Amino acid sequence: MTDPFTMVGVSLEAFTSIGFWTGVGIIAGTYTIFTLGLQLNVGYTGIFNFGQAGFMAVGAYSMAILVTDTGIDFWLSLPIAIAITMLFGLIVALPAVRLRADYLAIATIAAAEAVRLFALNATELTGGAQGLFGYDDSWDEVSDTIEGWLESLGWSNPENLFPLFLVVWVVALALTAIMWRIQKTPWGRVMRAVREDEDAARALGKNAFAYKLQSLVIAAALGAIAGFFLALNLRFVIPEEFLPIFTFLGYAVLVLGGIANYWGVAIGSIIFWTILEGLRFIDLPITEVKISALRFILVGLALILLMAFRPQGMFGKKEEMVLGD
Amino acid sequence: MEAGALAQSEELSPFRRWRESMRDRPAVVTLAFVGLVGILLIAFEGLQSVADTALTGLSTGSIYALGAVGLTLVYGILKLVNFAHGDFLTFGAYMAYILSGSEQLGVPLVIGIVFAMAMTALLGVTLEKGMWAPMRRRGAGMLQLLLMSIGLALVIRYAIQFIWGTELRQLDVNDTATVDFLGLSIGRIFLVVIIVGFIVLIATGLMLRFTTLGKRMRALSDNLELAETSGINTSRVILWTWILAGGFAGLAGVLLGATTQLQPEMGFELLLPIFAVVVLGGIGDAFGALTAGILLGVVIEWSTLVVDERWKTAIGFVVLILVLVIRPQGIFGKARAI
Repeated sequence: MTDPFTMVGVSLEAFTSIGFWTGVGIIAGTYTIFTLGLQLNVGYTGIFNFGQAGFMAVGAYSMAILVTDTGIDFWLSLPIAIAITMLFGLIVALPAVRLRADYLAIATIAAAEAVRLFALNATELTGGAQGLFGYDDSWDEVSDTIEGWLESLGWSNPENLFPLFLVVWVVALALTAIMWRIQKTPWGRVMRAVREDEDAARALGKNAFAYKLQSLVIAAALGAIAGFFLALNLRFVIPEEFLPIFTFLGYAVLVLGGIANYWGVAIGSIIFWTILEGLRFIDLPITEVKISALRFILVGLALILLMAFRPQGMFGKKEEMVLGD
Repeated sequence: MEAGALAQSEELSPFRRWRESMRDRPAVVTLAFVGLVGILLIAFEGLQSVADTALTGLSTGSIYALGAVGLTLVYGILKLVNFAHGDFLTFGAYMAYILSGSEQLGVPLVIGIVFAMAMTALLGVTLEKGMWAPMRRRGAGMLQLLLMSIGLALVIRYAIQFIWGTELRQLDVNDTATVDFLGLSIGRIFLVVIIVGFIVLIATGLMLRFTTLGKRMRALSDNLELAETSGINTSRVILWTWILAGGFAGLAGVLLGATTQLQPEMGFELLLPIFAVVVLGGIGDAFGALTAGILLGVVIEWSTLVVDERWKTAIGFVVLILVLVIRPQGIFGKARAI
C-alpha cells in the first residue's frame, strides 16, 4: 500500500520548470489572439461565431500550402494567408450575418467543420490526416537569432521554444492594444450599438449588415494569426487541431476573462491554460485517457457554472452582456 | 392593396405564375428535384446500386430523424439550441451497452433499448429540473444557454470517455443476417431501424396533431406565455417534451450503435447532420423531421455513387449550409423572420 499523499496530488516540479511555463505561455498567447476575434464578435457585436477554429484552420493551411507547395517565402505567405482567410470569412459572413443569432451559430460551426473535412479529405492539397510540415525554416532562423540575443544577455542554453513565447506575446499584446483602441473609435461605438439594438442603429443610418461583416472578417484575420502560431508551435498542421472543441475552449477563455473586455482575454487565457495544462500532472492512479477526459469534464463543468452564476466572467460587465432574444 | 396584388398576379405570364406557386411549395420542389436526381442516377449508375444506397439512406435517415425530432421539439418549445443533444444519443447507446453490449450482461437488445430510452429521458428530465428551468426563471440569455449546453455536451461526452475509454465497442446484434426482397438484400438490423424509425416518427407526428398533449406542445411552441395564460400547465408539458426528446435520442443512439460501433464522439459527430434535418424540416415539426431526415439520408448515400465515400460527411454540412442560406425556415416552414 502506497502512501495516500503520493497517490493523489500534483507533482509540483512541473510548475517550477521553465519548459512547462514556456509551453503554457505559447498556448495561452495563441488563444489570446484566437479569442480576441470572439470578443469582437460576441462581446462587442453580439454575433455568436462558433467557427473560429475554421478560420484558424484556413489561416494555418493557407500559410503551410503556400510555403511548401508554391515555394513562396514564409514571411510573404503570412499576409497572403491572412487575406485568404479574410476572404473566406467574408464568404461565410455574407449569408450568415443575415441569419438569426442561433442559426448563425449553427452556420458558422458547419462552415468550420466543412473546412476541417476538406482538409482531411483533399489529400493532394493538404496531406490529409498526416497534414503538412516543413514550412518553418525561415522562422527557425529568426528563432536562432533571438536565442543568440538571449545568450548574449547571459542566459546560457535558453529554452528552445522561448523565442516563440516572446514573439507570440508581443503580437498578442499588440493586437489586444489595437482592438482595445479601435473599440474606442466611432467605429467601435457603432459596433456596440449594433449589438445593443440593431434596428435603432439602422434607424440612425448605420449599415448594421456591413458592420457585422467587418466584425466577422476581422475575427477571421485574428483566427489566421492564431493559426500561424499554432503551426509554428506544433511544427505540423493536421485537421485534428481544428475540431469544434477548440472553438469551445476559446469560448471558455472568453467567458472566464469576461465579456466585452479585451484585456480580460489575455488574463482569462493564462488562467485557463495554466489550469488545463497543470491538470495533466494530476497524480491519480488512472490511465492517461481518463485524466484527459477528466480535464474536459472540468472544462464543461466550469462553463456551466460560470454561465449559471457569473455569466459576465471575471472582468466583464453584466450590463454589456447580450441577454435578450 | 389585396385587389391590386391580385390584379398584378393575373397579368403575370403562366410561367411566372408557375414559378411563384412553386416558391410557395418548396417541399414539392425539393422532392421533385431529389426524384429527378434519383432518375438521373438510375440512368447512369443502374437501378440496383441506386436502390441499394437508397435503402441504406433510409436507415441512416431514420436515425437522423429520430435524433432530430427531440432536438426540434426542445428547440421549438424552449428556444434552446441544445448542443448536448448529440451526446444524448451517445449516452443512450452506452446505456444499452451496459445491458446488451457484446460480452456484457447478455440482456436482449429490446430490453436494452427500453432501458436506454428510460435512462436518457431521465437524464433530460433531471437536467430540465436542475439546470434549464432555474436558468429560464432567471431570464438567462441565449449565449448563456448556448454555452451551458456546450459545457453539458463536454461533461457527458468525457464522462462516457472516462468510464468506457475511447476504444470502439459493440452492441450484441446479429449484423450478418440479411433480408431479401424484390432482388434487394438488406441487413436485418438496417430493416429494423427503418421500420422502428418510421413507426415512431409517424406516431409522434399524429400525437402532436391530434392528442391534447400534442396540441399543448404546439401551443407552447407558438407562444409560451400565451399558452401559460390560457391555463396550460406549461412546466408539465415541458417535462413531457424532455421525456420525448430524451427517449427518442436514446433510441436513435442505440440504433446508431447497432448499425455502427460505439465511441464517445458518435453522437456529437451526428449533431450537425441532425441540425440540418431540424432546419430543413422546420423547427418543431415531427413530420418535417421525418421527411427531411429521410431526404438527407438518401442524398448522402446517393452522393457516394458520384463522389468518393470519404466526402460523405461533408455532404451533410454542405446541405446544412445551403438550407441555411437558401431557405432557413425549412422546406415546410412558413417564411418568418429567421
